[in-house]
Amino acid sequence: MKLHIEVGKKMGDFSLQVNTDISGERVGIFGQSGSGKSTLVHLVTGMLQPDSGEIFLDGECLFSSRQGINLSPEKRRIALVFQHAMLFPHLSVNTNLLYGYNRCRPENKHIRPEALIDLLKLQPLLERRVRNLSGGEKQRVALGRAVLANPRLLVMDEPLAALDDALRFQVIPYLVSVGKEFSVPYLFISHSLTEMQLMTEKVLVVDNGRVSEETTPEQLARKRMAQSQNGYLNFLRLTDPLLQNGLFAYPWGENTLFISDGTENTESLFELSSREIILFKKHPEAISARNLLDCTVTEMFNSDGRVGVVLATQGKKLVAEIVRSAAEELNITTGSTLFAAIKASSFRRLG
Amino acid sequence: MILTAEDITAIGLSLKVALTATALALPVGFAVAWLIVFKPMKGKVLLEVLINLPLTLPPVVIGYFLLLLLGKNGWLGKLLTASGIEVIFTWKAAVIASAVVGFPLLVRSIRLGMESIDQQLIEASRSLGASWFDSLITIVLPLSLRGIIAGSSLMFARSLGEFGATIIVAGNIPGITQTIPLAIYDYASSPSSTTMALSLCIVSVVISVAVLFLHEILGRQLDRSSGL
Repeated sequence: MKLHIEVGKKMGDFSLQVNTDISGERVGIFGQSGSGKSTLVHLVTGMLQPDSGEIFLDGECLFSSRQGINLSPEKRRIALVFQHAMLFPHLSVNTNLLYGYNRCRPENKHIRPEALIDLLKLQPLLERRVRNLSGGEKQRVALGRAVLANPRLLVMDEPLAALDDALRFQVIPYLVSVGKEFSVPYLFISHSLTEMQLMTEKVLVVDNGRVSEETTPEQLARKRMAQSQNGYLNFLRLTDPLLQNGLFAYPWGENTLFISDGTENTESLFELSSREIILFKKHPEAISARNLLDCTVTEMFNSDGRVGVVLATQGKKLVAEIVRSAAEELNITTGSTLFAAIKASSFRRLG
Repeated sequence: MILTAEDITAIGLSLKVALTATALALPVGFAVAWLIVFKPMKGKVLLEVLINLPLTLPPVVIGYFLLLLLGKNGWLGKLLTASGIEVIFTWKAAVIASAVVGFPLLVRSIRLGMESIDQQLIEASRSLGASWFDSLITIVLPLSLRGIIAGSSLMFARSLGEFGATIIVAGNIPGITQTIPLAIYDYASSPSSTTMALSLCIVSVVISVAVLFLHEILGRQLDRSSGL
């Protein structure tokens, strides 16, 4: 997907001025509420008209004030997923799903309903009334409906913000797999750094109506490590646990991680804050933490006076956070070998 | 209860006028409500004042304006006469009077229905490939159906009771333009016709109750079938 945006829009006191080229399949737009993310989305989808400028998607002009082009929303083939599912309340789940599909030109129909219904596990919901669906189910149907319109671009505007944590992490794998499976490029709009890390490969940071930064989710998370409440968050997707002495033992590369908050599910996603990792220069003989990993420092970065230490252990990567004085005292540099201690209770299960 | 042949004609005419007025006003009312709710435009306040004016004006005043407009020397009247259409003092004039007086009620109800539709539902349908008209028919129309039913019932009931504007533009000609309220007015002015007047009053009550029941039943059915 290649999106060229060069637009200006004034709305009351707020003015948006964006001039950027976006390419990639999984692009995030990150910013606080009121930063102009949603306005930008409305301009791209055609729900709002820019005051001036031009917008091109994959070489096709969607809007150009100079040439007097303003393609109507239905001709742009950009499907939207909102914060609230916005399913049509008077239609069944099945009719909702097919709303866009039935309006799609035959030559653009690449994604078959059966395949999508299968992937999103929508079969049991098809004959249900929209109002009888739970929040997570509604969002899955909304996602399916958007993808079945066979869009050139999927725009997801805070699609997870209305869901609680447990549901959110249930829906994320669906979002990721749909993009991958059907190769639909997407713009993912959110104010959550975690969602950026899990959903995107590239991030535009929007601030006060301007694109202030183009970066990767990894760089963004590193930069915000010091200010962020939980530091840098490491995400670990772990599978096939064994129950040992009341703890869940998950294979992780060549290591085994002991985690209190595991489940017997075959796959789980865990979050581990950079601040929960304690580094030792030498092997601590006796320690209460259940995980002690032998690591090599591959990289160090600075974040507002804090030092991020990127650790490699048996083919896996972790980011730990220490204060500068600790880094100096332990004489940690790239290439140092360290021991990282992590309590079994430090891993937070997301889904 | 006694009903003369003329009374029965008046009842039939009342129903015919109210039905025609409602049916004619409905598409226009829907379009106007849509304009007010969904289209950003200048002079919206003026449009709203104009539409609501019949609600606050005395019906007699409306009738008089219509008479000026549609009469032989009125600019619309001249056009109509030239094309051989006679309106004043026919049942058509009663339809026009009812339509004008009931219109604000119709628009109000449809508008309330439309205002409760989340704008994002329409954005969703547009982004899924529906043109504005497609979205209007498949999303806005079904979701404002409740307001449409409420507005139609209100307008129908209001038309049945229309008196002031009707008597001026359509007159009170038994068998031609005399509707129930006008017939009752005639009976009421002669002291010997109390029973006749009462009979027509009972008919009015029955029709009104029937309209209200129909409104409730349709509303409930809509709730059941649409899951709203």
